[in-house]
Amino acid sequence: MPSLMNKESGWSDEVFSVLQNMGIRQVAYVPDAGHARIIELCQSDSHMRAVSLTTEEEGVALLAGAWLGGERGVLLMQSSGVGNCINMLAMIQECRIPFLTLIAMRGEWGEFNPWQVPMGQATGGLLRDMGVIVYRPDTTEQLMGAVNAAAQLAFAANRAVAVLISQQIIGFKNWQK
Amino acid sequence: MTPQDEITLDRREAVARILEDRGDALLITGLGSTTWDAAAVGDYPRNFYLWGAMGGAALLGLGVALAQPHRRVLVITGDGEMLMGLGGLATIAVQRPGNLSVVVIDNESYGETGMQKTHTHHGVDLAGLAAAAGFPTSRTIYSRGELEETVSLLYEACGPVFAVVKVEATVAPTVLPPRDGPYLRDRFRGAVLGDGASE
Repeated sequence: MPSLMNKESGWSDEVFSVLQNMGIRQVAYVPDAGHARIIELCQSDSHMRAVSLTTEEEGVALLAGAWLGGERGVLLMQSSGVGNCINMLAMIQECRIPFLTLIAMRGEWGEFNPWQVPMGQATGGLLRDMGVIVYRPDTTEQLMGAVNAAAQLAFAANRAVAVLISQQIIGFKNWQK
Repeated sequence: MTPQDEITLDRREAVARILEDRGDALLITGLGSTTWDAAAVGDYPRNFYLWGAMGGAALLGLGVALAQPHRRVLVITGDGEMLMGLGGLATIAVQRPGNLSVVVIDNESYGETGMQKTHTHHGVDLAGLAAAAGFPTSRTIYSRGELEETVSLLYEACGPVFAVVKVEATVAPTVLPPRDGPYLRDRFRGAVLGDGASE
């Protein structure tokens, strides 16, 4: 397991139960340490298909196909992966396909790696530019409500919605491991 | 490089031959010429055309195939479109969807932008890449005879199946299918899901 300082990851189990209750079937991911627990839970759920990607834009196309075929999905990625998705998100916007993504933030609260900062700072703005509605809970308590509301908005109102999971919630990466 | 004198197949004839046997298979086409090829055969609700999202056709097909495991899903795309999403071959091979076939209509050119040569013209072997990724069936087709032998595999072999069809670098007349995203989306979902499409 990746080492994360300062935080416990009990929120992961609660987020996973929201995904279960929303009937999520395809879980596409490029891993982030902050998503490690959720990915494990999805992989062990017989109703979910965890799909490991080589790049995040594959997940946008995959989930468009999933919904066209009658299944709901979610894309789990790190903020640095949002840049890889931009052109593929044009399809989501033009076709108004429900799209839910949970993004583990890097490059913001207490970041150690300067190379993460440009994309982390640009993440919310870029998503909004591509027509994605952005929720940004600041606390673990707000996170569950945000994921639930985002899933409702995505699948009931046919919208693209991203939940940015702050490093305040995930914790810092431990570089002294 | 493929010797051009080995390439005798016409793209429109090849796509028409492949789709002749499609039955109730679902069809995804990539941005550009392969969408016109499919439209020239006929526009149907079980077709979903990518008018953008270059590099996404095969992965969109994977999503449909995983959601509809009892239906055959056929992706027909071009060499330029496939080259933009090569990593997806690895993702598809790892998921191993038995009901997915990916066909690349390979004219070794970017047909919509002035026929600039793609990497396949310079020897990049897409079928070899798919086989190396783990596709259990992957082949390159140069002749009508090889195409005839392969069509049944596209619909019946346990997938994922990958086939590159080498075609002449000729420009066929543009045949435009519908392009409005919500229309294509609703029509496809209605064809696949029936009354469940509004859920």
